[in-house]
Amino acid sequence: MSRQYISGCCAVAEAARLAEVNVVAAYPITPQTSIVEYLANYVAKGELKAEMIPVESEHSAMSACIGAACVGARTFTASSSQGLALMHECLFMAAGLRLPIVMAIANRALAAPVSIFCDHQDSLAQRDTGWLQFYVENCQEALDTILIAYRTIEDERVLLPAMVCLDGFFLSHISEPVDVPEAEQVKRFLPAHSPKYPILDVNNPGIFNVMAFPDTYEEFSYDRHVSMLRAREVLRESMADFARLFGRSYDLIETYGCEDAELILLGMGSMMGTVRTAVRLLREEGEKVGLVKIKSYRPFPTQEVAAAVQKTAVIGVLDRGLSTGLGGIIYPEVLKSLYHLTTRPLALNFIVGLGGRDVTIPILQRAVQEMKQAIGASRPKRETIWPGADRALLQAWGIKD
Amino acid sequence: MATTLKTLTDEEFVAPGRAGCNGCGAVIAARMATKVLGRNTLMANATGCMCVNYGYAGAPKFPFIHTLFENAAAIISGMDAGLRSLHKRDDVNLVVLAGDGGTTDIGLQALSGAVERGHRFLYICYDNEGYMNTGVQRSGATPYGAKTTTTPVGGDRLGEPRPLERRKDMVRLLAAHGIPYAATASIAHPLDYIRKVERAIAIDGSSYIHVLSPCSPGWGFAENMTIKIARLAVETHFFPIYEVEDGRWYRLTIKAERKKAVEEYLRLQGRFSHLFSERYRDEIARIQAEVDANWAYLKQLAALRAG
Repeated sequence: MSRQYISGCCAVAEAARLAEVNVVAAYPITPQTSIVEYLANYVAKGELKAEMIPVESEHSAMSACIGAACVGARTFTASSSQGLALMHECLFMAAGLRLPIVMAIANRALAAPVSIFCDHQDSLAQRDTGWLQFYVENCQEALDTILIAYRTIEDERVLLPAMVCLDGFFLSHISEPVDVPEAEQVKRFLPAHSPKYPILDVNNPGIFNVMAFPDTYEEFSYDRHVSMLRAREVLRESMADFARLFGRSYDLIETYGCEDAELILLGMGSMMGTVRTAVRLLREEGEKVGLVKIKSYRPFPTQEVAAAVQKTAVIGVLDRGLSTGLGGIIYPEVLKSLYHLTTRPLALNFIVGLGGRDVTIPILQRAVQEMKQAIGASRPKRETIWPGADRALLQAWGIKD
Repeated sequence: MATTLKTLTDEEFVAPGRAGCNGCGAVIAARMATKVLGRNTLMANATGCMCVNYGYAGAPKFPFIHTLFENAAAIISGMDAGLRSLHKRDDVNLVVLAGDGGTTDIGLQALSGAVERGHRFLYICYDNEGYMNTGVQRSGATPYGAKTTTTPVGGDRLGEPRPLERRKDMVRLLAAHGIPYAATASIAHPLDYIRKVERAIAIDGSSYIHVLSPCSPGWGFAENMTIKIARLAVETHFFPIYEVEDGRWYRLTIKAERKKAVEEYLRLQGRFSHLFSERYRDEIARIQAEVDANWAYLKQLAALRAG
């Protein structure tokens, strides 16, 4: 193991190198580009013995990954924002063919208006494609999660592709000290890829992506669904093994101060570092505040979230993505986790950090203020709140609050 | 060495009982090509007639993947790289089978990228000059004046309005990529076609074969006329048979001995029937003029080799 001062992009590339991926097919897009550049360098220097396919679009990047995985190669790509949106239809194909492809996403907002900055909209919009989705808080977690992802999805109980999402710029371009494990150590955790799924092989011919008529399509969907549910258990096993070998523990969710909390903030990604600081400051002032960080968004940690927050008075869900006209995207999923509890907290939804806006301590304090005011109410006065929105700007645009 | 009709395998790679229309030209194109390709083949088939027609019910004896509509060439790129990385590339034939919709229109970008990067694969486009699987809509390969459901005849419309000279010419387009080998082929000239397939798969790089595949329901002719129509397309120079090496050197591989008038070809097809009304009488002369100009141009290109 060596401790290196590297960016999120570099940490992701290091992980792909350590996973000894066979094929990388990728197309550049800010802020993901450096990942592909690092990998191209490793291949050029012979540090990674992989085939690089510099494709002509993200649609072809995912298609080439599908082709490579279909012949049994361990396959990696990375994308962001518009690029990920362009891949959309191929994502269903990768999941439907049960190909364990790992893709890093440097989260970025979508046009229009144009933004290159962080927003979870891009990957959250791919929620229902059948991919596992992990969100990381720092560069170390980015590296570790790529390895955990391969180990989990190559397991024959899962066989679904996975996205590892790191916040654009906040993580992709910020350097932190990262423990980069030794290749030998990684091999013990993640052995060479030996496909547990049927591959295109002239010695064992088969037809892939057949037409499923109404008498079977539903069962294919059910099979994918239960595989995703099973992935929770496999994920936990992978994380436990990872902790044993590397000393860093992860779980589907991470909690802090929830045991006695009256108020709990829930969210995911790099902003959870700031949330942790805000919670610590508030606790120093005597406020009983806690935090839940979602690491595994798919499979969604329904029971874990319910267990962590059910005794609290108010939960505030921080959404860095928007379902226009409804509110946050994670929020309804949290409500689903709580609905069948006999006692459940009041829930508020905070839309924060869209298009790269900093999620600051004052913004979080405003959110906590709203939550405190809601304590004891039978239902929230306002359910979807934008604590970071610029009221003066909205007023200048003639938009009523 | 070179395959002849006598040495061509008796083994069939297109099984009886497939789900295609009677007289399907594309099935004949696939049957001939697969007899050359053999079992040592991985085939990526873009969405279209042949997925349903061949992939599901035709029982290919080699691995077969039905891709999305536009990504067959990108998927084969990944297969090429994947097999290379696993040291299993060897002499496996990687072949795309795609219609003209999946090739000239929605799949053009992926094909262009795969050829430009130089992946080793053969791309066979079975050209039935329209979106036949979805019920006869026009494509970038539909000829001038042809009636389709999206280029109907009526009012001021005579069918496909885009002039013949601006129809996408895939072989010349790929020649502009410097592709090592590109050719047109006809199911009415099987020996020429299978030799082209044989030659193409021996190339350590990309190759492309564009085979005209008459479509009985889409073009409006009787099921037993498929080969006759294909032959007339060649004899009238409507669909010239040629090959291009390294994107530069053109060669006419079937020099039609007896040139026939385009009218003879058009007359047999329902999609052109309106052109024979008084109103459109001039159009046939116009099509003939363009066919002649294209043939003359190809002959000039073919002459370049000698010089």
